[in-house]
Amino acid sequence: MAAVPGSDPASTGGLLGWIDQRFPLTKLWREQVSEYYAPKNFNFWYYFGVLSLVVLVNQLVTGIFLTMSYKPSAAEAFSSVEYIMRDLDWGWLIRYMHSTGASAFFIVVYLHMFRALLYGSARKPRELLWIFGCLIFLLLMAEAFMGYVLPWGNMSFWGAQVIVSLFGSLPVIGGGLVEWIRGDYVIADPTLNRFFALHVAALPLALIFLVIAHLMALHEVGSNNPDGIEIKKLKGPDGHPLDGIPFHPYYTVKDLAGIVAFLIIFCAIIFFAPTFGGLFLESPNFEPANPLQTPPLIAPVWYFTPFYAMLRAVPSFAGTQVWGVLVMGGAIVVLFFVPWLDRSPVKSIRYKGPIYKIALAIFAVSFVILGVCGLKHPSGIYPLLARICTTLYFAFFLLMPWYTKLDSVKPVPTRVT
Amino acid sequence: MLKRLFLLTVLLVPAAAAMAEEGESYLSAHTDITNTESLQRGARNFMNYCSGCHSLKYLRYNRMGADLKIPPADLSALMFTSDKPFDPIVSAMPADSEKWFGKVPPDLSLIARAKGTDYIYSFLKGFYVDNTRIWGVNNQYYPNEAMPFVLQPLQGLQKPVFKDEVVDGQHKMTLTSLEPLYPGTLTPEKYDEFVRDITNFLDYAGEPIKAKRQSLGVFVILFLLVFFAFAYLLKREYWKDVH
Repeated sequence: MAAVPGSDPASTGGLLGWIDQRFPLTKLWREQVSEYYAPKNFNFWYYFGVLSLVVLVNQLVTGIFLTMSYKPSAAEAFSSVEYIMRDLDWGWLIRYMHSTGASAFFIVVYLHMFRALLYGSARKPRELLWIFGCLIFLLLMAEAFMGYVLPWGNMSFWGAQVIVSLFGSLPVIGGGLVEWIRGDYVIADPTLNRFFALHVAALPLALIFLVIAHLMALHEVGSNNPDGIEIKKLKGPDGHPLDGIPFHPYYTVKDLAGIVAFLIIFCAIIFFAPTFGGLFLESPNFEPANPLQTPPLIAPVWYFTPFYAMLRAVPSFAGTQVWGVLVMGGAIVVLFFVPWLDRSPVKSIRYKGPIYKIALAIFAVSFVILGVCGLKHPSGIYPLLARICTTLYFAFFLLMPWYTKLDSVKPVPTRVT
Repeated sequence: MLKRLFLLTVLLVPAAAAMAEEGESYLSAHTDITNTESLQRGARNFMNYCSGCHSLKYLRYNRMGADLKIPPADLSALMFTSDKPFDPIVSAMPADSEKWFGKVPPDLSLIARAKGTDYIYSFLKGFYVDNTRIWGVNNQYYPNEAMPFVLQPLQGLQKPVFKDEVVDGQHKMTLTSLEPLYPGTLTPEKYDEFVRDITNFLDYAGEPIKAKRQSLGVFVILFLLVFFAFAYLLKREYWKDVH
């Protein structure tokens, strides 16, 4: 195509025209926003993409301000956080926005990913879009883990101790690898310093790059929708999809309302329950790191507990603990293959049969139960529950090629409903 | 199906959160961070009975004075270890006080955030006579703690009531409750109020901004609700022509 209509530099004048002759500003705006046609039938589940972006910006901005007052050293880190909370004007708000934002990030990302499982958003032609998303999720976990170590509370310390030592279970290279990650024989000042570097520079940069790639891939293939129909197949005489509407202004105003609704909940937590009953900020983390005093129960923050439960669910075997680590890693790796595991002729759950609906429900419930198991002391019913739910988690993905093929499907309409 | 699935998830999350919240059973402190008089009394009690050994190193005298509306003259009467109002509240304990107690008396700036107000309240009410311990007392809620019972003149002393159980063929003594052994200078009701005020003050010291944060939050949420109404109306206006 010669040019997007109106992208001719001659059609803009003044300062904008001057810029457009040198940089494709108007062209970008039109291609990516005002003439990006999105399906008109987005529902509740479609807010979580833009909300992830809102939370990302929140984390970047509040993170920059926290960095100005935080001291990345084992001797000063804990006190510098309390300095931010008490002596720095509005420091408490910035810190709570950041700590609540971390949990909010996982809430919106988990719901965003669940949306993809509901409506087949990972499937052709959106495989790469999904893979970029999985990479973002992976980096986000690393980013959150390292961020949690920075306040240098007792749970920061012992959480780091547990998670870093996981690498030690790898055969041959394990011991050396752990030492290399820690930069010391124990979790100590060098560990904190390098986690700070990764948390504020390396990982955010990589995250921003991947988010841009994720959005570029999205705008290349176009958004999926709750019906799982490709709206680009049916275009009107003007060349625009019949079931599409320009992202701006329709979805910008709709997302604005969604963002404000999200902010109401977000601010309610910041102002009235910033620790969220010990789930968002754990109580032992209000005591400084103490290598001599293990907390009664080392539990990661809630967003890691489903995977932590899987780790603990697998017994050691042949004299090594590595199997739990492999299962936990596998739980993430398996996500990357979703576009090819689903063999159903339809994308959306609306036209899939009962088997997929039941499988997805069992999967969602298992994931929540795993999250609870990971918070609990591994005794009583919890180890058994964790084992059952770990099996169900993997069964959902690994049996998908068969049960999606067996499943009955309903006819898919040609237009969105 | 979708709606049911979503509902199920929404219902499960609070259930999961509730399951995550069990723990030891403490007495309920019933503190109120907005009760300035209680906080003032708590500050006085803390300074007189606790601050000799325990620091609040993340709280400054002048911050406490401003937040709790303590007049400067009264504030300086509470400053035992410093004459500079911007100094943090640090005890006179030397670093080698470990030799005296087996451990350095911990800083209490964040005790309410680490252990909760119910724990503090229960701990201060949980001392009982135990002659096997070095200070002659033990604690129901923190067994074998290292602290002498400095509030004994106020509360008096309690004695433990044990239940003798046979578990797996062996006798096991379980502490069930505490009974007064002899009274102190305060009535039980007055003593409860005394430790409740200290607990309230430590809750304040754990997060001095807490009361202001909550009152500010009301306005933030109200603003956002109004914002949402307009954002929703704007969306509805734009979407009129989408069919």
